[in-house]
Amino acid sequence: MDLRYSESDEAFRAELREWLARTLPQLDAPPARDDWDGRRRYDTDWQRRLHDAGYAGINWPLAYGGREASPTEQLVFLEETTRARAPYVGVNFVGTLHAGPTILTEGTEEQKARYLPPILRGEEVWCQGFSEPGAGSDLASLRTRAVREGDHYVVNGQKIWCSFGHVAQFGELIVRTDPDAPKHRGISWLILPMDLPGIEVRPIETVLGSSEFCEVFLDDVRVPVENLVGAENDGWRITQVTFSFERGTAFVSELMDSRRVIDDLSTVVRDPGQRRELGHLAAEFDALWALTKRNVSQAAHRGAPGNGGLMIKLAYSEARQRLGDLSLRVLDRGALDLGREMVEERVRTLNLTIAAGTSQIQRNIISERLLGLPREPQVQIA
Amino acid sequence: MNFDLSPDQEALRDGIRSLCEGRFPMKRVRNGFDHEMFGELADAGVFSLRADGFGAADAAVVFEELGRAIVPGPLVWSYLAHSHVDGVVGGLEVAGREPTWLVEHYEHLDSLVVVDDDAVLVVAQRAIEPAAPIERPLDPLTPVHRVDGLPAGEQIGDRELVASWRREGAVVSGAFLIGIAQGAAELAVAYAKERRQFDRPIGSFQAVKHLLADMVVRAEVARSAVHAAACTLDDLELGDVERAVAGAKLLAGEAAVANGKTCIQVHGGMGFTWEVDAHLFLKRAWLLDTVFGAADHHADAVAKMLPQS
Repeated sequence: MDLRYSESDEAFRAELREWLARTLPQLDAPPARDDWDGRRRYDTDWQRRLHDAGYAGINWPLAYGGREASPTEQLVFLEETTRARAPYVGVNFVGTLHAGPTILTEGTEEQKARYLPPILRGEEVWCQGFSEPGAGSDLASLRTRAVREGDHYVVNGQKIWCSFGHVAQFGELIVRTDPDAPKHRGISWLILPMDLPGIEVRPIETVLGSSEFCEVFLDDVRVPVENLVGAENDGWRITQVTFSFERGTAFVSELMDSRRVIDDLSTVVRDPGQRRELGHLAAEFDALWALTKRNVSQAAHRGAPGNGGLMIKLAYSEARQRLGDLSLRVLDRGALDLGREMVEERVRTLNLTIAAGTSQIQRNIISERLLGLPREPQVQIA
Repeated sequence: MNFDLSPDQEALRDGIRSLCEGRFPMKRVRNGFDHEMFGELADAGVFSLRADGFGAADAAVVFEELGRAIVPGPLVWSYLAHSHVDGVVGGLEVAGREPTWLVEHYEHLDSLVVVDDDAVLVVAQRAIEPAAPIERPLDPLTPVHRVDGLPAGEQIGDRELVASWRREGAVVSGAFLIGIAQGAAELAVAYAKERRQFDRPIGSFQAVKHLLADMVVRAEVARSAVHAAACTLDDLELGDVERAVAGAKLLAGEAAVANGKTCIQVHGGMGFTWEVDAHLFLKRAWLLDTVFGAADHHADAVAKMLPQS
C-alpha cells in the first residue's frame, strides 16, 4: 500500500496547475442556470481550451486525439481542475464520457474520424437517448422501434431523461430492431442527428423547477443505416462498453465537492449533536476518497477498478444525501429559500440515488455479481 | 501511488489466513484464549511485527485476518507492548479516578499495561488483587475481571508513547474490526445461499440480498479508511494522521457492529442461538468499539479538526 504520487504524476500536476492558473482568469463569468445557450457556449469553450492545451480526452488513445493518461494522472487531472474550480464537464458529459468512448470502442474508422474530433474540440454536443417512460431500471425492455427501410431505419418512440437534449447535435440512441428476440438481443445502438425531421425535444421540469433533462419524441425519424454502431441487435452489449473505460475516477469531483461542503458547514455548525454528525460525515467522505484511490490503483495496476468500483456510487450517493439532510437542519428556516446553494444542492442530489442505476439496482448488482447470490426470478417476455 | 496490497502484503495476508484456518477454526476459537494460542501467534510473528521491520499497514493486514477469524485474546495490547514488556500483555485505558476497572483476559495475563493521559505504566498481573470475575461477560470469548485497585506500577513511557499507542491501537483494533465486518458478511452470504424458504434460497430475495450488499460495502469503505490511516502512520507526510486514525476507528467499529447485527438478522431465528457463530462477531465488535476511542469520541474528534468559524 503506497499512497504517494509518483514523480511523473507530480510533474503532471505542476504543469496542469500552471496552465489552470493562467487559463481560468481568462474565462467569462459562468452563465445563469437556465441560460442553456450560454451554458452550451461556456462548457464547449472550456472543452476547446482543454483540447488546445492537450488535456481533452484525457484517457482516450493518442491515435484519436486523446492524451492516453494513466489512471493516476486522470485522478490528478480531476483533483486539480476541481480544486481550481475549473468548469465542470457540463454539456460535454455525454460526448466525452459516454458516446465518445462507445464510438471509440465499437465504431467504424469512418465513424471515429467523423464524430470523435468534434467532441474533443467542443464543437459538437451529444445527448443520451436510453431511458423510456416504460424502461427505467429495466432498460432492456425498451420499446422505441427502428424498422429498416432501404438505407434508413425508421424510428418511432419516446425517450426520457435525455441530458442536454435541447442543446445537442447528436444523440446516442438505443432502439428495438428485433421485437421477436429475447429483450437483450433485439436492441441496436444508433447515432441520432438531432436535426432530423420528426424529432421533438421537450425539457422536463424537475423538482428544481428547471432542467438539463429532456423528453425526446421520435415520429417516423429516418436515421441513415451508416449511423448504426456495431452490429444490428448487438446494442445491449454496446451499452456496457463504457464500463470498460471506467478507471475508478467516477466520483472524484463530487467527493472533493462534498468535502468542501463539509468544511463550509463546519464554520457555521455549533450544536454539539450536529457537529458530531458532521464529524461522522467527514470521516465517511475521507474513507470514500481513500476508496477512490484504491479503485484508481487497481485500475492502474490490474486494468479495472475492482470491487470498490461497483460500490462507490451507492456509498457516495447515500452519504451525499445525508450531508444534504444535515445542511438543511443546520440552515433551519433558512432552508426555505431554494435560491441558497446548499438548499438547491439538497434538492438536486435527490437524483443521485436514482440516476444511472438506482441504489436498489446497485445493491442487486453488488449482491449478484460480487457475492454470487441467486437472481430474482426473471419475468420472461415472449 | 498504488493503494492496493503489495505482493508482500498479499503473501502476509494469505499466510495469516491459512494460519487461522489451520490452527484457529471456530471450534477452537470457541474455547477461548490460552497460552498455547498465544505461543502459536507469537511464533507466527503477530506480536513482533514492528520489531521484525513491518509497518502499520502490514499490521493492519495481519489484524484484519485475525478479526475475520475472531481469534480471541489481548492481541492488540500484546502487539503494542511487544518491545517493552514480555509475555502475555493485557491493557487498560484509564481516564481520571474511576472506582473500578474491567480487565480482559485477566487470568492469562503476565502483565497489564495501564495507559492514562500522561504515562504508560506496567503492572505485574500477580500484583493486582483482588480481582473478581464477571460471571457472564458480554463476549463469551473475552473473560472480564473487575479490579478495584491498581498498584502503582512501573512507568515505561510518557505522553509520547501514550499518543503513539492510542493512534496505533486505534488503527490495529480498527483492522481487527474490519476483519469482523468481513467475516460476518461472509458468514451471512454463505447462509443466504444455503438457507431455503418459499422454495428458494433466501439470498435471492432482494430484501435479504440488499442487506448483504450493504454489509460488503460497509466493510470495504471502512477497510479503505483503516488502510489509509495505517499508511499515514507509516508516512506522516501523507496527511493529517489524527484525522485519518479517528475516522478509521469510527467507521471500522460501526461496520463491525452493523455487520454483526445484520449477520444475526440474516440467520433469522438461528441467529439468536448460541450455536450459530453470528453473535460472537457482534459481541466482539461491541467490545472492541469500547477500546482506543468509541464511535462518538472519534466523530467528535474529527469534528474538532474541521475548520472552525
